[in-house]
Amino acid sequence: MTGVRVAGVGLTHFGKHPERTGRDLFAEASERALADAGVDRTDVAQLNYGNFMGELSEHQGHQGPLMAEAAGLTAPATRYESACASSGVAVREAVKDVRNGEVDVLLVGGTERMNNLGTAGTTEALAIAADDLYEVRAGMTFPAAYALMAQAYFEQYGGSKEDLAEIAVKNHDNALDNEYAQFQSAISVEDALDAPRIADPLGLYDACPITDGASAVVLVSDEYADEHDLDAPVSITGTGQGGDKMALQDRQFLARTPAAERAAEEAYDDAGIGPQDVSVAEVHDCFTIAEVLALEALDFYAPGEGIGAAARGETTRDGDRPVNLSGGLKAKGHPVGATGTSQVVEMTRLLRGDHPNSDAVPGDVGVTHNAGGTVASTTVHVLEVDR
Amino acid sequence: MSENESEPVRDEGFDDFLDAIEAGEGFYLECPEGHGSLPPRRVCPHCGATDLEETPLPETGEIETYTEVHVPAPSFADDAPYVTAVVDFGAVRLTGQLRGGETAEIEVGTEVSVGIGENETAGERVVVFRVA
Ligand SMILES: [Zn+2]
Repeated sequence: MTGVRVAGVGLTHFGKHPERTGRDLFAEASERALADAGVDRTDVAQLNYGNFMGELSEHQGHQGPLMAEAAGLTAPATRYESACASSGVAVREAVKDVRNGEVDVLLVGGTERMNNLGTAGTTEALAIAADDLYEVRAGMTFPAAYALMAQAYFEQYGGSKEDLAEIAVKNHDNALDNEYAQFQSAISVEDALDAPRIADPLGLYDACPITDGASAVVLVSDEYADEHDLDAPVSITGTGQGGDKMALQDRQFLARTPAAERAAEEAYDDAGIGPQDVSVAEVHDCFTIAEVLALEALDFYAPGEGIGAAARGETTRDGDRPVNLSGGLKAKGHPVGATGTSQVVEMTRLLRGDHPNSDAVPGDVGVTHNAGGTVASTTVHVLEVDR
Repeated sequence: MSENESEPVRDEGFDDFLDAIEAGEGFYLECPEGHGSLPPRRVCPHCGATDLEETPLPETGEIETYTEVHVPAPSFADDAPYVTAVVDFGAVRLTGQLRGGETAEIEVGTEVSVGIGENETAGERVVVFRVA
């Protein structure tokens, strides 16, 4: 079985681009990834593409071939939809295809256009990642769903709004030098606590913004990288995916995310590592509480222990295991279908040394954690760099 | 209404479930192993059993978690702020809106009854809890 190398990565700026179409955003990200990889466009044998709300935001289905065209490819192209984990799943399927020997060179990416829908439209569009009958019709929004999990967490394990605010402060701080980030501005714990409430105990600064953006990576087999003498020191060495019941009410746990626990376990086993070997992580912090649940699912902390990690300085830039050095979804932004691949982009740059926060990376092994919906689907990837 | 305009589609199973709660005859589906689930359902989501039986929903349940929603979806624009709760009825949980009480008095473990109310914005049926 061949190894899978990240030959090139590309992002658009994440932020408000309401007048730019999805195809334009993806064209930019894919062009950067292909240029960074230095592979011949005609060698790209497949596009795996993630997108969630294209039908609602752009009246555009069937985005696979459209985006292949935008990227200048004639290769077969498929869209993966798994809510906020859409492009994480696209990456995972690409890794499997390279390992299987099906293809040597793939473009993987994702795009989301959201700001043109406005806040109300986006709230409605995001809500359809929840169970329509039992959650959406009861008035549950996405922030409300995470608020329900946060409240359940506080009830079961303890923790406070201040602990959550520390996570937002950390992630804003990490985004200061990230040119692709939506927010390159520091906030204080007080700012977060004083912000308007969205769904108690979550306020505006506990939530990721509404973001437009695209991401792309070029994945190649070891053999292709060797034959073409590519400079591609980062490999994806582990992949995992987990699922759970769609609706929160049907889950065994409201303050734990077993889908992510299963994905992490599978990815660690696949890479032949354990959580103690991981030195840096990009996790799905669509809400501050989501980062806590991710840290525990990745087994960096036991259930109930992850809440104070940012406040204790363990996951900050100068901590032992920095988390979300990109700024995370909180500050870098969360263009839903682009997020999973963007985490691979950020992790690749962090590990190979060309990210503004690369100096903060204490080792050679990174993990990306991408969650769909209220973590009814999750992918986890292990990335390692040869130095 | 013109002849071309279609009637709203009825979600069989789910709408039957709301009807039953409205009539004070709420139920859930139980498999031979005792797992609970909610309609529409052909298979027990926990074990795959296909012989599911309608079993009476307990009169009251306990709030397991809740939140006060300030930023609603458009179809709940006039309802905000409102309290959404997940209530534990033993074999199943239900998500709905908590009404008729002061938010400050609510806590995890509060006992509530279930009924059907209307969403102010769209006039659609909503699962509603009231402090028992
Ligand atoms: Zn069963």
